Amino acid sequence: MKKKSKCIDIIIYAVLILFGAAALFPVIFIAASSLMDESEVIRSYVVGDMDFHIIPRSFSLNGYLEVFLYTPAYLMKFWKSMLLSTVILAGQLVISCLGGYGFAKFSFRGKNVIFFFVIILMMMPLQVTLVPNYIVFERLGLIGSYASVILPGVFSTFGVFLLTQFFSSIPNSIIEAAKLDGANQIQILCRIIVPYAKSGVASLCILNFIDTWNMVEQPLIFLKDSTKYPLSVFLANVSRENLSISFVCGILAILPVFLLFLYLKDSLISGIENTNLK
Amino acid sequence: MNKMKTSKLARKESLTGFLFCLPSIIGMLVFFVVPFCLCLYMSFTESTGNGRFMGLKNYAEVLKSAAFRLAAGNTLKFIVIAVPAIILVSLFIALLLYKKLRGYHFFRTLFVFPLVLPTASVVLFFQIIFAETGLLNHVLEFLGITPTEWINSPNAFYVLVILYIWKNSGYNIILSLSALNAIPKSYYEAADIDGASKSVQFFKITFPLIMPYTFFITVISIINSFKSFREAFLLFGSHPNKSIYMLQHFMNNNFQNLNYIRLAVGAIMIFIAIFLLILIMFRLRVKSGDTEL
Repeated sequence: MKKKSKCIDIIIYAVLILFGAAALFPVIFIAASSLMDESEVIRSYVVGDMDFHIIPRSFSLNGYLEVFLYTPAYLMKFWKSMLLSTVILAGQLVISCLGGYGFAKFSFRGKNVIFFFVIILMMMPLQVTLVPNYIVFERLGLIGSYASVILPGVFSTFGVFLLTQFFSSIPNSIIEAAKLDGANQIQILCRIIVPYAKSGVASLCILNFIDTWNMVEQPLIFLKDSTKYPLSVFLANVSRENLSISFVCGILAILPVFLLFLYLKDSLISGIENTNLK
Repeated sequence: MNKMKTSKLARKESLTGFLFCLPSIIGMLVFFVVPFCLCLYMSFTESTGNGRFMGLKNYAEVLKSAAFRLAAGNTLKFIVIAVPAIILVSLFIALLLYKKLRGYHFFRTLFVFPLVLPTASVVLFFQIIFAETGLLNHVLEFLGITPTEWINSPNAFYVLVILYIWKNSGYNIILSLSALNAIPKSYYEAADIDGASKSVQFFKITFPLIMPYTFFITVISIINSFKSFREAFLLFGSHPNKSIYMLQHFMNNNFQNLNYIRLAVGAIMIFIAIFLLILIMFRLRVKSGDTEL
């Protein structure tokens, strides 16, 4: 009996490792290829027979030197994307903390109906929301400007929903106690609610950053001018002529989300758990 | 007197709450609700913008167009194939993980990793895998199976299904795990005492109790399937093989030529479909006795 259960355990681990490897493999592949000499990349993936291998035979940092030192255009794109994502995140945090507190801890007429719309909007795919967004920005003359990408991100209802979920679990007694101490509502939000629900705010940070760092549809439609594209879209247009540069660019784009993932992986998971509407 | 005072206080409280929500409410109104109404108005009027009422003529025209039919058909096909597949795969993995074996947290983290990756970064990998002289075809050749074209053929559809599952299963695994973890352990203990076999336990306890979650996971999976446009666009371009020309491409291409009527009608029809889905989800939940939001 015992032997049998051990056998099952081994099979379970084998399956899990297989799936885990599949999840990780593309990144390992890109990282390994980014360290290859250009001629090795061409020999392996471009001309004729595919010679698939993971460990580079010709270790070379040329791609990295090119992207990080010799051609500033790549890093410029990187920092531009970083700025874009950071601005959206900052705005989204402010709106969501305020709204999350309002929806979680107060009652007012129409609150449930409005919150229902928060959920509906949060769930609508971009293909639905981009059309009304476009109509507004066209009337405001903002098409082609970064504002058209930033504003919908800032006012995305996802953050309000997520923080409402997290803030609701804060005991009311804490808020009451702070009130007796003479704290005003803004103080309660900044000094009590947000620190108490740190993990929720962290979840929002990573989920929102991933979303904007990886955005494709919005810049594609709103920015028009391809020189304005953030890294996530620009990358797709990096010339395939120099594959080793493409690989390094891939790594460049992965870097911030990867670091964020390492630091906030648990927040990411608890954030996903809290989107559960059941 | 006292009562009046409390009601005044309550009114002040609710005003404060409303003010906290106001920025997000304004955002919703300005960027979505109001322009969406405009969108609705546009969808019923003549395309030249003279405001002549057309009734449902625009809708009929879009519904009749070959591009929309192809796109809607493919989207539906994608949902029907990819969504059950991802739910089964992630439920399967969640059940394996659920035993809380060693490495539970490690594996759970590993599986969500694809979710954070920029599509543009990994698309290169998939291009190399699925190219005509790519890795997959080499493996097939090695196994004695005739290699086929993956990118520019109807097979592109399955490539996209695989990419969708690869990217989103972590999300579903987390949701499935939280569904499984919500089942009280005592149920299984009681069943063990009664001598119920593992498979009986699965169909009598696990399965019925995760059903309400599964419906939510289905809705989320359908919504996430719209996001696979990113993979489709970056891997196959704006005019891909017919088999993966989906509603997202339809919308994107109409943005390129700014066909407002088609955009408005398309957005409204997708909105209605998803709205109904969410409504059914809420209904089912009320039915299952859980009324809190």
